[in-house]
Amino acid sequence: MIFITVGTDLPFDRMVRVIDRWAGENERTDVFAQIGEGGWKPEHIEFAEFLQPPDFMQRFVAADIIISHAGMGTILSALRYGKPILVMPKRAHLGEHRNEHQLATAEKMRELGNVNVAFDEDELVACLDKVDELVAREPISPYANPELIAGLSEFIHQKSAGGTR
Amino acid sequence: MKKKRILAISSGGGHWVQLLRLRPAFAGAEVTYATVRPGYRDDVDGCDFVLVPDSNRWNKLALLKSALGILVLVFRLRPDVVVTTGAAPGFFAVRFGKWLGSRVIWVDSVANAEELSMSGRKAGAFVDLWLTQWPHLARDGGPRYMGRVL
Repeated sequence: MIFITVGTDLPFDRMVRVIDRWAGENERTDVFAQIGEGGWKPEHIEFAEFLQPPDFMQRFVAADIIISHAGMGTILSALRYGKPILVMPKRAHLGEHRNEHQLATAEKMRELGNVNVAFDEDELVACLDKVDELVAREPISPYANPELIAGLSEFIHQKSAGGTR
Repeated sequence: MKKKRILAISSGGGHWVQLLRLRPAFAGAEVTYATVRPGYRDDVDGCDFVLVPDSNRWNKLALLKSALGILVLVFRLRPDVVVTTGAAPGFFAVRFGKWLGSRVIWVDSVANAEELSMSGRKAGAFVDLWLTQWPHLARDGGPRYMGRVL
């Protein structure tokens, strides 16, 4: 099963249209998309505008592959559950997000490894044609790295009032 | 020793997922989680969980409602520490927390790999611990890098 999510904020029709056409052409019946409120309605794949968190998690955990906008919630969840993930950044100048940060997020996540990125519709088509080759990953820890945890913990448990700056 | 009281707050989606990844840092403290969607309650099963109105800077009325709800929450809890991963609701919580005597922490979202978020930049003026999750965005007198959520 391929699970598509555009996040909880705005729809991402540009991505959903490409995936829907690809699913139609390749007769894929194993695709489900969360398309966002008021999003363009796909013709070839099952979809919901919004999923309640428990339903979302159920479909997410059951999926073999995740395709989504470059949102950190989805990326972190995919890495934590060891799901291969392909992201396409939402672009603010196309009205898909409120600022352009997803471009940098996607680039940096790709550098850190484990995240596949399609920067535009053409790249997405190319990635979709090879989507079944994406393999499951070793899940990451459910928690932040130990240095960040230790630093925060130390700050929280300081005896004195006042900051560290 | 009296347990520290923590308010851990964020908006939805990635902000909430990142806040949850910080949980081991709150061990030994009394934590209240505040966020914007009732469906997140199960993520912190057994912990104090409070809903606050969501907002962003594009909707002024929602912003006002959110600010008021969070002011009441911070006033009621009087936390020793407020920690947030953003966005607007977290900004209000550290702002009001600071005014009411809490020590406050801003962890800028890992999504902000190119520049700090707008609320993160504003929060930097007064928070006690100001963190970015990208080493190249850390600087003297600016946000610090201590690690990231992954």
